[in-house]
Amino acid sequence: MNALVAPEPLPATLDPEKTALLARLADGLAPEQLYWVAAWSAARAGQVQRGVAPLESPAADVAAARLTILYGSQTGNAKRLAEALAGRSESGGLPVRLVRADAYSHRELARETQLLIVISTQGDGEPPDDARGLVEFLLGKRAPRLPGLHYAVLGLGDSSYPQFCEVGRQLDARLAALGATRLAPLGEADVDIDQVAVPWAARALEQARERLGRAEPPVVRAATVHALPARGAYSREKPFAATVLANQRIVSRESERAVHHLELSLEGSGLRYAPGDAVGIRPTQPPALVEQWLQALHLDGTQEVTHDGRTLPLAQWLGRERELTRLSRAFVAAHAAASGDADLMRVLRKEHAASFAQLLASHQPIDLLRRYRAAWPAEALVAALRPLTPRLYSIASSPRAVGEDEVHLTVARVAYEAFGMPHWGAASAFLAATGEDASLPVFIEPNERFRLPAEDRRDIIMIGPGTGVAPFRAFVQDRRESGARGRNWLFFGNRHFTRDFLYQVEWQEALKSRALHRLDLAFSRDGAHKTYVQHRLRERGRELYAWLEGGAHLYVCGDASHMAKDVHAALLDIAVAHGGHSADTAREWLADLLTQGRYAHDVY
Amino acid sequence: MPALSEFELVKERSRQLRGSIAEGLADPVTGAIGEADTKLLKFHGSYQQDDRDLREERRKQKLEPLYSFMLRARLPGGVVTPAQWLVFDRLARDYASSGLRITTRQTFQWHGILKNDLKPTIAAINHAMASTIAACGDVLRNVVSTPLPMQSAAHAEAYAWAAKLSEELAPRTTAYHELWLDGEKLVGEPEPEPLYGRSYLPRKFKIGLAIPPLNDIDVFAQDLGLIAIAGDGRLAGFNLAIGGGMGATHGDPTTYPRLAEVVGFVTPDRLRAAAEQIIAIQRDWGDRGERRHARLKYTLDRRGTDAFKAELERRLGFALEPARPYRFEHNGDRYGWLQGGDGRWHLTLHIESGRLLDRGERRLLSGMRELARVHTGDFRLTCNQNVIVANVEAGDRARIDAIVAGHGLDGYRRQSAIRRHAIACVALPTCGLAMAESERYLPTILDRLEAQLARHGLLEAPILLRLSGCPNGCSRPYLGEIALVGRAPGRYDLRLGADFAGQRLNRPYRENVDEPAILDALEPLFARYAAERSPGEGFGDFLVRSDVLGPARQIPAEGIA
Ligand code: SRM
Ligand SMILES: Cc1cc2nc3c(=O)[nH]c(=O)nc-3n(C[C@H](O)[C@H](O)[C@H](O)COP(=O)(O)OP(=O)(O)OC[C@H]3O[C@@H](n4cnc5c(N)ncnc54)[C@H](O)[C@@H]3O)c2cc1C
Ligand SMILES: Cc1cc2nc3c(=O)[nH]c(=O)nc-3n(C[C@H](O)[C@H](O)[C@H](O)COP(=O)(O)O)c2cc1C
Ligand code: SF4
Repeated sequence: MNALVAPEPLPATLDPEKTALLARLADGLAPEQLYWVAAWSAARAGQVQRGVAPLESPAADVAAARLTILYGSQTGNAKRLAEALAGRSESGGLPVRLVRADAYSHRELARETQLLIVISTQGDGEPPDDARGLVEFLLGKRAPRLPGLHYAVLGLGDSSYPQFCEVGRQLDARLAALGATRLAPLGEADVDIDQVAVPWAARALEQARERLGRAEPPVVRAATVHALPARGAYSREKPFAATVLANQRIVSRESERAVHHLELSLEGSGLRYAPGDAVGIRPTQPPALVEQWLQALHLDGTQEVTHDGRTLPLAQWLGRERELTRLSRAFVAAHAAASGDADLMRVLRKEHAASFAQLLASHQPIDLLRRYRAAWPAEALVAALRPLTPRLYSIASSPRAVGEDEVHLTVARVAYEAFGMPHWGAASAFLAATGEDASLPVFIEPNERFRLPAEDRRDIIMIGPGTGVAPFRAFVQDRRESGARGRNWLFFGNRHFTRDFLYQVEWQEALKSRALHRLDLAFSRDGAHKTYVQHRLRERGRELYAWLEGGAHLYVCGDASHMAKDVHAALLDIAVAHGGHSADTAREWLADLLTQGRYAHDVY
Repeated sequence: MPALSEFELVKERSRQLRGSIAEGLADPVTGAIGEADTKLLKFHGSYQQDDRDLREERRKQKLEPLYSFMLRARLPGGVVTPAQWLVFDRLARDYASSGLRITTRQTFQWHGILKNDLKPTIAAINHAMASTIAACGDVLRNVVSTPLPMQSAAHAEAYAWAAKLSEELAPRTTAYHELWLDGEKLVGEPEPEPLYGRSYLPRKFKIGLAIPPLNDIDVFAQDLGLIAIAGDGRLAGFNLAIGGGMGATHGDPTTYPRLAEVVGFVTPDRLRAAAEQIIAIQRDWGDRGERRHARLKYTLDRRGTDAFKAELERRLGFALEPARPYRFEHNGDRYGWLQGGDGRWHLTLHIESGRLLDRGERRLLSGMRELARVHTGDFRLTCNQNVIVANVEAGDRARIDAIVAGHGLDGYRRQSAIRRHAIACVALPTCGLAMAESERYLPTILDRLEAQLARHGLLEAPILLRLSGCPNGCSRPYLGEIALVGRAPGRYDLRLGADFAGQRLNRPYRENVDEPAILDALEPLFARYAAERSPGEGFGDFLVRSDVLGPARQIPAEGIA
């Protein structure tokens, strides 16, 4: 990280009033915004020296002269890419400003000339939380015409989801429709992001440079001190080998679905985390699964295979380097071609989107290999499969409580029968099976958007059924250790009270010691009719609304496909029932909580 | 008098057994209820327990113990109608974890009922015209009575008295209705308890009624034993035997099993008053400072039986008549078909340690359900954990035999004598006081003993074996010819030498020994018994006669005239 030299105190350069004004201005700005202010003042200084008349609008001027990079990111990929882009354009001499989508004022859009957007798709084709506002604005009626804008969109996604890169596609199309001109065609990056991201970035920056090139060499550079965060010795690219301190099943023996509590040592890694962050893990495929592949394809695991200039035995390519459990459109297409199967061909066509989605949801690649026979040469196979991507797990501990060198996870083991065969989830099965003292390749995935309130007197409401409870164990630990004054209210749910009450004993102690103030439970399969957290929310609607009106922060963690949606709907109903809202104002009320950072998601 | 024990304070403050049970039941975060409330819940007929097999595992899983509740019915004389049986059976399948359990006080227990299911279960039991109130707790317990209605007339009368006492001396609190039957909430002062007062008895109080020659309820193990005396086929009255009890504590000589002493005779019309006054004196004289010494048997040994009797007669305003002669033959059950005085038939089935459950071939729970569907008489549970299909018309016997055989309920036909008569208490995994296995160990130890007895040609010798997982003695082990009393996992005290009529306590023979040591100790004794017994002589009697056990230990009031 390029260290910042704090400015020498210059006595009497600013009168107290101006100093105060400056402080007020700077107060609450995001780092990127502060850097931008710095850059702008620098530019201003240059102009003043050269006697240029002050400009009526700083934004207009600088906007015209620089490249803006917007990103929307849930789990940090888009953020990382955008930061890298900013880094490169700077070193390439481009005046640049890096802004997270929700820190960007929509009004500025009309003045932008060069804009790059890096954005992922979440949920079922939805924007990441930090970009909900921007996307809504852009796709909405109030979006301005943008004839003067040159732009390029890089969509991040995962082709194992039916709505692949949906958000990127929408923005790219919409900007064009608003009259803007592409600097580069839409990039649709799959989980092996760089494949697409690298060429896209080269092209987009090249184009932007041409257009900005004519603008006078910006003084801005001198002062441009951009916001690349600290990188520890270990990272996603270079994971740390964490020792497993404990691996304990924490559901009863009758429970249908195994959930494991893992405790890992970060000692010596220099890795640091805060409640809300996640741990990334590079799994190793279940050996039994690799065996299944080799058998299904009659391939020899010891055979050496070279790809991207690396040579490894096939079994290792499959076991450590490739996705074997998540089906992608690309692979379905490749296998359709390889097998020449008519049904597979058909399901790939647009008009069969529904059955294709169905296929993705119900099949793992191995199921296809078995059902539609095809001969795969080892090299071709390795090339056709996507690199194995790390999995994320919400951190279930607070460094304040367990020490900086220890981190806890709550992992639900994916394992199920389908087509008469056992199926596994790559990472969760791997984790559930690791013995103590084994070591796991891990990194920390910060999640700035899922943080405890800065003011410790704020109340918090935590909604975390299933493994969604993980970060809230961290939250409660942290608020207990820091002696936070706000109240903590947890909504937890699972299947059976006697089997699946994750961390039951800890919650009981927390209630006794007043580290947790309220706990509402929903066990879906105990009673005659199923109850879920959203039902409890409605039952407690009045108090819940009162807490929120009192400034409480609301957090939702866990299942994205159903729970998060149902909870969202319940919250809207509550606003109507107890807040005197109309359906519309309720939506605004919730959107407003979101933008205030008081309604945060960590869903998957 | 020492300071009141903690339990006494809990009772006193409980507002007639309410405490905060309702709040505890409503707490969704735990499967348990408040510590103090668990004591009060007993008076409602339920014990909070947890599956001890899973304790450690669940602790590691960060889960609380698997709490559940044992529920005990109050069935005077152990009489159950077929209609009630079907209800109890359904509850066992809907809410309980291990079928129906016939207890050594001839009633049913359900184990493993989850907190939320407790209320519906209790409500259903009451709906079936039965109850669970005072099935446990410091009150008069379920009154037991010889179930086999041989001399029909006298038996009917005797049973009527057992039921009457059970009914009339039960607590009066409306807390039970309030908590389980949606009775309306108490406002203001709790209703009075004429007999029990605000803190009930110092300890449980048990009444049992025996009709000689059957002592199948172990009348001398009761706080108050009633020995029915018949005169020309009708009921003349009762000998009163007071101060029986089994419970003891390892290594505490101030606690011990004790047989009841016969103190006199009353006619039926005076029975209620006598029983009530005996309970009242125990209420006033019993030790409320130390629960270990709170049973009537200790009150008598502390104050003297004569003083107690004098106080009783003072309160009654009349003297007890001298005890009448009686003779007990034995304290086991008589298996198979027997015809009663009125010509109707009774079938006694052996149920191993009283557990009615479907296990492979032996579909005992289902079998009894089938019987309940067709049976026109009633059922009688016995204090030896067995069941009698009572009052069967001659014409129905074949059909009943078929169902019995079809579900493996006919074990009594094949089993060795020792297996037929053995009883074992529940112990692990539910009993919180168990030190060793009992019910789950019974089949194994029986196999071993049968092998041994077979070698000595003793398979048909009726030997009374009783197993308890701890010295509390729920299987009345101190009255077993052979008894194993649990001390630690796999370790027991071996006690020998009781008679087979419930009139002589056994004595310690080996302390704290494991299975091999138990078998080694018995081997030579079986050998001698096989060789030297006189005709019809029981194992216990033989051991005493042949002086294997040495001089009798002086346990107060051991044995009786
Ligand atoms: C179910 C039963 C044994 C069986 O296998 O059938 C039983 C089971 C228990 N007995 Fe008992 N007792 C049972 C008959 C007896 C008997 C036999 C009798 O009454 O004829 C005795 C010996 C006679 C006596 O009372 O002295 C007996 C003496 C005890 C004692 C010791 C009392 C004493 O004075 O020392 C305890 C412990 C206590 O009360 O503190 C006890 C306590 C218990 C508890 C409730 C353990 C507890 O307090 O937490 C056991 C529940 C185990 C379970 O999981 O079900 N149980 N208990 C019997 C139920 C009888 C009924 O239906 O009411
Ligand atoms: C920010 C974030 C935080 C997370 N936190 C947690 C956490 O705290 N705890 C946690 O357990 N997980 C968490 N996850 C999810 C986790 O990252 C993995 O996605 C999850 O463990 C599954 O990964 P896997 O490798 O085991 O299975 P994969 O190999 O990724 O998936 C296996 C395949 O099986 C399919 N499949 C899965 N289950 C079934 C089923 N029942 N029937 C049919 N098909 C099925 C899937 O569609 C998939 O194609 C989090 C995810 C994110 C993004
Ligand atoms: C809960 C969840 C839902 C997702 N849904 C989609 C989707 O519908 N379509 C898609 O293309 N990618 C989807 N993805 C994949 C992400 O877009 C992909 O991991 C991307 O790299 C995340 O970038 P980010 O970390 O910047 O958010 C989903 C990921 C998660 C965790
Ligand atoms: S004797 Fe002991 S172990 Fe057996 S049931 Fe009674 S209290 Fe439990």
